[in-house]
Formats: sequence, structure tokens, C-alpha cells
Amino acid sequence: MVQVRIPTPLRKFTGGADAVSATGNSVAAVVDQLDQQYPGLKDRICDDSGQVRRFVNIFVNGEDIRFLQQLGTPVKAGDELSIVPAIAGGA
Amino acid sequence: MTGTAAAPHSAAMDASGGSPLVAPSVLQLIGNTPLVELLHVRDGVPPDVRLFAKLEGFNPGGSVKDRPARKMIEVGLANGKLVTGKTIIDSTSGNTGIALAMIGAALGFPVELVMPGNVSTERKRIVAAFGASAIFSDPLEGSDGAIRLCRTILAETPERYFKPDQYFNEANPLAHFETTGPEIWEQTEGRITHFVAGIGTGGTVMGTGRYLKQRNPAVQIVAAEPEDAFHGLEGLKHMASSIVPGIYHEDELDLKIGIATDDAYDMVYRLAREEGLLVGQSCGAAHVAALEIARRATGPATIVEIFPDFGDRYLSTNLWQGWMDGR
Repeated sequence: MVQVRIPTPLRKFTGGADAVSATGNSVAAVVDQLDQQYPGLKDRICDDSGQVRRFVNIFVNGEDIRFLQQLGTPVKAGDELSIVPAIAGGA
Repeated sequence: MTGTAAAPHSAAMDASGGSPLVAPSVLQLIGNTPLVELLHVRDGVPPDVRLFAKLEGFNPGGSVKDRPARKMIEVGLANGKLVTGKTIIDSTSGNTGIALAMIGAALGFPVELVMPGNVSTERKRIVAAFGASAIFSDPLEGSDGAIRLCRTILAETPERYFKPDQYFNEANPLAHFETTGPEIWEQTEGRITHFVAGIGTGGTVMGTGRYLKQRNPAVQIVAAEPEDAFHGLEGLKHMASSIVPGIYHEDELDLKIGIATDDAYDMVYRLAREEGLLVGQSCGAAHVAALEIARRATGPATIVEIFPDFGDRYLSTNLWQGWMDGR
């Protein structure tokens, strides 16, 4: 199982949970599996073409997947995946 | 030392005396920012609908936040809540932090800033350059996480700190009532018909809007906000899912427009390439909203939008790096 950390604005999909478990051997597979558990979640993370939205960062064990293999980045049991909006809000 | 003790570098707050061509301190350079007409990114809007951007990046701290930061510090000094020996602390996503760090340096006060760990690298470095210390909150908790962490720190040793509290301090909108509003009125010679600003604390749209409505109740006050809680518009808040700032009163708005992050980002790229204005994400959001207003106009209109900052402090962010590469 991969532990997935959920940012505040997406917790409405996870019943308020700040971390959930999912399975899959790549980030893409984990995101798909998350969407099965929590319908609508993938649409917030990925755009219509299936790419990660520009303002979304995904980290695997603290490493930004933009600099790994993007959605193809492999994951294994025990890894931690974090979904982090690239902003902080508050003008 | 009295209850209204002066700042350690008190001369910096004194606007009097000296040559009219030389500012006595950086604090007197805040405000009086230029208005520029947007002539190219108009998307078929009729020529009698004119679009103007107020370029707040010309403030010495590089953003609109210099205005409320200065006012909140001024009021704190005047009412004796900020005295020598205190540290200025606040939660901020960046621009307010930069403004407080700059003003703290100019006045000789230490500054501590609580910000989400995912604010841009440039912002972190700028506040450090001014000598402020940063405390990072969990990036997954956003700006509300920074607000909560700041409250916790303050509760532990309240006597150490002065907290401007930008989300709940009426000096925030007052700064715009006293400066931004009158400047826009004067710069448009009273012709403004619509005012468009993003909402973060709500200070800009509330204070400027109040002034403009006072001069002409027909001026339409329009706020741009992220269309969803999960967004990439740094500096802006999706109010329905946020801790609502005490200074924000939605009933004073004529209209609120939800902006998609992708649309705002695309607008930032266009503003750079077609207008020669490299600005931040919230400016892109403001212009998307302004064009929507412009398209609805049924006659001549003068639309003024706030561009809170320039874009060079976002070059390391997702706006320009990473996913955009190769697109």
C-alpha cells in the first residue's frame, strides 16, 4: 500500500481524511485507484488530456515527480505520495 | 518611553521635511503607482470599453501589500501596540511578508513570518534578505495552516509580538481607502465605471471599492476569486472553503467572478508576450475577470484592474517551470 497525503482543499473527497491508502505500481496507477475510491479526485489532479494540472505538485517520498518520470514514476509499498498545490493563498 | 513610543528608526515614518524630489525613507515611496492601458489583450472588446491595469509591482516591496503593511504598522505605532522591543509577526503567503520584512528593516523592528512551506523560493529569499525569519507551516494546509500556526506561536508568548493581523485588521482596507482608491479616481479623472481586484484578504477590493463607491455609487466593484478550493492562484482565496477574513464583506461587492487556474496562467503568458507586462498569477486572474466584464458592457466603460505584483518572483514556480515545459 502507498500512503497518500491529501491537501486541505481535496479532503472533501476523502471524507476529511488527510491521508489515505492506495495501491498501484506507478503514480498514474495510484491516482486511478484513488479516483475509484474517491470519485472526482483525479479530475482535480489531472486535466482533460490526463496530464497533471500545472498548479499541482506530486511528491514521492519528498521527490517532485516532475524531475522523476512524471506520472510514470514507479512506486512501491511503503512509499509516501503527497499531493500539494503549488500555491499558498492570501493577497 | 511612552505608550505611543516611536519606532527604533522613527525618522523613517516621518513624511515631513526635505526636498520634494527625495523621499526621506523607502516608506514614503509606497503608493502612487502607475496606471497603464491594456491595448492588445482585449479579445474583441469594443474600443469604447477601455481597460487599465494599476501596476502595484512598482511599490518598493514589489507588491500591493506595501500599502496595508505600512498602514497596519503606522496604526500599531500610533496606538502603542507596537513599541521598541516587540517583534512583528504575521501569517502570510508571501507578499505581505515581504512588505512587513521591508518595513521592519526600515524601522528597526525584527520580523517573523509564518508561511506555508510551498511559497515560492524567491519569496523565501527576499524575506531572508531583509533579515526577517521565516517559520514554515505544512504546505498541505495552505494559508489557513499558516494562520493557525501563527495563532499558536502568538498564544505561547503574546507579550513578545505585535501581530498586524492582515485578515482582521481594518487598517488593511483603510490603506486602500486612503491611497489606492483616490489614486484611481484621480488617474481616471473620475471616469472609472468598474473596479476589478482579486480577493485574498479582501483588503484591496473592500477599501478601494468603498472609496470609489463614495465618489460615485454607480461604480461596479468586481472581485475575482479562484473557481475552486484546489487552485494555483497564489495570493487569492476561494472564500467558500477558507477561513473568511474578518475584513471581508461580500455584500459590498457587486459581482464575484470565479476564475480557472489554467485560464489565469494562460493570461499571464499572453500579458507578457502581447502587452510586455510580466506579472503574477493574480494579475492573470484579474484580467480574465476584467475581459468578462468588458464583454458584458453595453456602452462606454472604463475598467480598472489591480495587478498586485510583477512576475519575476514566480519564475521558479509551476507558473513557468515544470509542467509548462514542452507545452
